[in-house]
Amino acid sequence: MNKIVDRILFRYPAKVMKNRKEHILVKEPEGPKEISANTRTLPGIITNRGCAYAGCKGVVIGPIIDMVHITHGPVGCSYYTWAARRNKGKAREGGKSFLEYAFTTDLQESDIVFGGIKKLAQAIKEAVEIFHPKAISIAATCPVGLIGDDIHAVAKKAQEEYGIPVLAFSCEGYKGVSQSAGHHIANNKLMKDVVGTEDIPEAQRKKYSVNILGEYNIGGDEWEIKRVLNKIGYTVIATLTGDAEYGDIAKAHNADLNLVQCHRSINYIADMIEIKYGLPWMKVNFIGIENFSNSLRNMAKYFGDAELMERTERVIQEEIEDIKDEINRYKEMCKGKTAVLFVGGSRAHHYQGLLKEIGMETVMAGYEFGHRDDYEGRDILPYIKLDADTRNIEELTVEKDERKYRLRMSPEKLEELKKEIPINQYKGMIHDMKDNTIIIDDLNHFETEMFIKALKPAFFGSGIKDKYIVEKMGVYSKQMHSYDYSGPYAGFRGAVNFARDTAAGIHTPAWSYIVPPWKKEPILKGKIEKEGVEEAC
Amino acid sequence: MLNNTPKEISERSALVVNPAKTCQPIGAMYAALGIHGCLPHSHGSQGCCSFHRMHLTRHFREPIVASTSSFTEGACVFGGKTNLKKGLETVFEIYNPEIVAVNTTCLSETIGDDLSEIISSTNIPKGKTVIYANTPSYVGSHITGFSNMTKAMVTHLASKDENGGNNKLAIIPGFVEPSDMAEIKRILKLIGIPFIMFPDTSGVLNSPNTGKYVMYPKGGVTVEELKDLGNCFGTIALGKFASEAAAYELEKKCEVEAHVLKVPIGIKATDDFIMELLQMTVKEVPKELEEERGQLVDLMVDIHNHYHGKKVAIFGDPDIVTSMTEFAVSLGMIPKYVLTGTPGSAFEKDVTDILKSAGIEDFRVKAAGDLMELHQWIKNDKVDLLIGNTYGKYISRAENIPLVRMGFPILDRVGHSYFPVVGYKGAMRIIEKISTALLDKYDRECPEEDFELVM
Repeated sequence: MNKIVDRILFRYPAKVMKNRKEHILVKEPEGPKEISANTRTLPGIITNRGCAYAGCKGVVIGPIIDMVHITHGPVGCSYYTWAARRNKGKAREGGKSFLEYAFTTDLQESDIVFGGIKKLAQAIKEAVEIFHPKAISIAATCPVGLIGDDIHAVAKKAQEEYGIPVLAFSCEGYKGVSQSAGHHIANNKLMKDVVGTEDIPEAQRKKYSVNILGEYNIGGDEWEIKRVLNKIGYTVIATLTGDAEYGDIAKAHNADLNLVQCHRSINYIADMIEIKYGLPWMKVNFIGIENFSNSLRNMAKYFGDAELMERTERVIQEEIEDIKDEINRYKEMCKGKTAVLFVGGSRAHHYQGLLKEIGMETVMAGYEFGHRDDYEGRDILPYIKLDADTRNIEELTVEKDERKYRLRMSPEKLEELKKEIPINQYKGMIHDMKDNTIIIDDLNHFETEMFIKALKPAFFGSGIKDKYIVEKMGVYSKQMHSYDYSGPYAGFRGAVNFARDTAAGIHTPAWSYIVPPWKKEPILKGKIEKEGVEEAC
Repeated sequence: MLNNTPKEISERSALVVNPAKTCQPIGAMYAALGIHGCLPHSHGSQGCCSFHRMHLTRHFREPIVASTSSFTEGACVFGGKTNLKKGLETVFEIYNPEIVAVNTTCLSETIGDDLSEIISSTNIPKGKTVIYANTPSYVGSHITGFSNMTKAMVTHLASKDENGGNNKLAIIPGFVEPSDMAEIKRILKLIGIPFIMFPDTSGVLNSPNTGKYVMYPKGGVTVEELKDLGNCFGTIALGKFASEAAAYELEKKCEVEAHVLKVPIGIKATDDFIMELLQMTVKEVPKELEEERGQLVDLMVDIHNHYHGKKVAIFGDPDIVTSMTEFAVSLGMIPKYVLTGTPGSAFEKDVTDILKSAGIEDFRVKAAGDLMELHQWIKNDKVDLLIGNTYGKYISRAENIPLVRMGFPILDRVGHSYFPVVGYKGAMRIIEKISTALLDKYDRECPEEDFELVM
C-alpha cells in the first residue's frame, strides 16, 4: 500500500505533494498513527468539502421539524438545503413539520448595499404570522458577515416581540475550513439557548432515559434505532436532531445517558451537557449487527440492571433471528470483495463493521472533515493545536448548573465503568482498521481516480459528487450520505437493507454489458481493442 | 403534504418560501461545462461549488467536476487573489484542462475581487485559456448566471478575422438539456446549415459508460470555435433570458447580426425557429423535417380530447415556461397560472401577450414568484395539470394534480438528458407525457364501471 500511495503522491507538483502527504497514512503495526486533518483546503484541488453553513443549517439545525429555518442570504444556500439531505421527520399529533419547506430572505443587490436587517426582521414577522412555528432559526450565509448584518440583534428583538425562541447562527460559509465549523457553531447555540430550558418533573421521569446525539434520521435510521431501544425498555427523550421537535432538545438534560453516534458533529454538546448537568455520554455505533448489539449491551451495563441486561440479550437474539437468513444470502454474494469508504466525518468508520459482516474488507477509508480525534481517538485531544482558520470559532465553556446538576452515579462507579465501556471515549477510526490499509483525509478528485484504479475495489462508499465518476470506471459506488434514496441502514433491519442494496449494486447485470460484444469477440480477422474497466496507474 | 401552506394568501415582501429559482453560479457552471475541455471554477467559499456540483449531478446523474478557490475567513478580509492564483496553478498542473471558466459567488462579489486583474497576473500555461464571468448570487437567478457565462465566452474569446466569414451560424441554445442541444443540432444538420453552437453540453452531460472515466468528454464547443464566433454570418439566440445577452455582445463586438427567438418548444416556436433559419440561409426544408411536423400535427388531432380545455399551471425558468405556455395554448389547454422565480418584466409581458391573443382572460402570470404562492393560487382555484420541475411534486401530491416534469431540475426521474423536448420530436414527447399523466390519473381514480380498455 505504501508503494501505491507514493506512486500517487509522486504525480503531484512538489508543493501539493508536501501538503497531501500529511493527510495520507498507511496503517502499520509500528508506524506512526498521526494524520493531518481539519486544515484548510488547497484551492483548485477539487475537494468534496462543503461549508460551515451546510454543517450548521444543513446538518444540525435543519432537521428540527417544528422550527422555521430562515436562511438569510441570496437564494442559493436555502435552495440547495431544501429537502436534499434525507433527514426524515413526521409531525407529531397536533404538531407541525416544516421539512418540506425552504425559507429565505432572498437577498438582492440593494440589500447587499444597504444591509439586509430590515428584510430579515420583516421575514421573521411574516413567518410568525403565516406559520406560527414553535421556534425560528436564522442561518447566516457568506455575504451576511461581510456587510455587517447583526442577525443576533434582530433575533433578540423578534424573540421579545413574538414570544417564541429565535436562534441566530453566524455560520457564514467561509468560517473554518469545512462543514465542521458549522457543527460547532450549531452546538454552541443549542447548548446556550435550548438544552436545559424545559425540566421534566421528577415524578414524570422514566427509568432508562437516554438521548441519541448526532443521529439525523437519514432514511429513517433514528426510527429503526428507537424501535429497538423502545422494545428493550428505554425512553428516548431527545434525538439531536433527526426528527426532533424543539421541545425535545430543551428537555435533553433530563435523560440519564447520552449516546453519541456521530462524534464529529455533536461531541461538543455531549461534553458540555456532562459538565453542566452531570449527564455522562457514551460512544455507540448503531451501524452493523455486532456494533449495534455491543452498543446495546454497553447501555445495559451502564444502567447496571440485571433484568435490563437480560431483556437486551433477548431482543438482540430475536432481532438477529429475524434477519440472519436474509443477510447470509447477501454475504454469499459480497464476501471476499473489497471496499473503499470516503464519507463526511463519521460514517467512514461506522460502516466498516457492517461491511465486514457481509464479508467485505475496507482497504481505504477517509473523512472529508474529521478532526484528528476522529482518526486517532480522543486521547489526542490535548495535543491538537488550533490553527488560524479554526481559531475564530467560538470555544464555549459551560459551568455546572447548581440547580439542575445531578450525578447519575458515583464518580468512583463511573470510573470503574469506563474501563469496560466507552464512556467519554472514542478510539477513532484508525484503531479499528487493519494493518496495511490506507487512511486518507479530504480525498480529492485526482486521488479518487488514482486510488480507484490502483485498488480496484468492488464498492466505493461515498457521496453524490463522486458516484458517477467512479461508476464510469466500472466500479459500484454507493452513496453513503443519502443511501441512494434507500434506508434505513442503522440497526438490525437497516443492516439487511444495506446488505441487500450492496449486493444488488455489485451484481446488477448492467456491469457485464459495459464492453460491447464487438470489442470482445472478433468479427473479422484483426486485433481486438482492449477496453473495459480501467487499468491501474 | 405542505400542510402548513394556508389557503388564504397574505402579502409577503421579505420571506421567500420554496423558491422557483436558484442562484447565478450554477447556471454559469452549467454553461462552462458546454465548452470542450473546460473546468468550471468557482471563486468563493467551497460550499457553493459543492452545492452546485451536487445539484447538477442529481439532475444529470453524471460526473460534474469543478474546482473552487476555497475561501477562508482570512481571504474574506484580505481578498481572494492568492486563493484564485494558487487555485488556477493547481488546476492546470493536476487536471490539465484546455480552458478554465471562472464564476464568482456572493462572497467574492461582495468583497469586490477584481478577476480581470487577478487572472492577468496569474501564470497561465501556454496554449491554455482562462475566462471569467461575474455571477453575483444576489442578482437574478441561475438563468442570469448561464447568460453571464455565455456572454463571457463571446467577450473573452470571439473575434473577427479580416479575411472574411466562416459561413457558419452561431447558435445559442439557452438553458436546456443536452438532449435538446443535440436535437437543435440535428435540425440544423438536416437543413444543411453549418453552425457553431455555444454552449453545448451534449456529449458532455449525457456521456456513455465505457468502463473508462474521461474527465473531459468528447462534447462541447471548442475554444477554437468560440474564437471563430466573430466570423459567423448571424446568431440565433434561443430564449431572451438565457441567450440574448451573448448574442447582442457578439453583435456589438463583431457585427454578427443577432436574432432572438423563443426556445423551440411546441409547434409554433419550432415553426418560427425553422422559418428564421430558412430566411437567414435561403435553404429548403428537408422532407424528413416536414414529415416530423406532420406527425406532430397528426398526434395533436388524434388525441386532442385528452387535454383540450384542461387547466394547467406552468412554472420554471422563464424561457422554457414562455414557450411551454405557447404550446399549451396551441394544444387547446388553458394555462391558468404561469410563474417563474427569475425576475424580469419581459416574462410577464410575453406570457400575457400569448394568453391574451388566445382569448384567455382568467389567468395569473408572475415573475419573481415562489412555489408557495403558486400552491396558494391552486388551493383557491384548482387546475387539472401541473407542468414544471421536480419541486412541483409536493404540490402535485398535496392537491392530487398530475405533474409533467419539465425544465430544471428533474431530480427524481430520468430521460430528460437523453430525450429532447424541443423541436417537433420534442413536442410529440411532451404530448405523450401530458396525455399519459392525465390518463393515468383517470385510470387510477375512475369508478370501475368506467374503466376503459381503449382510450
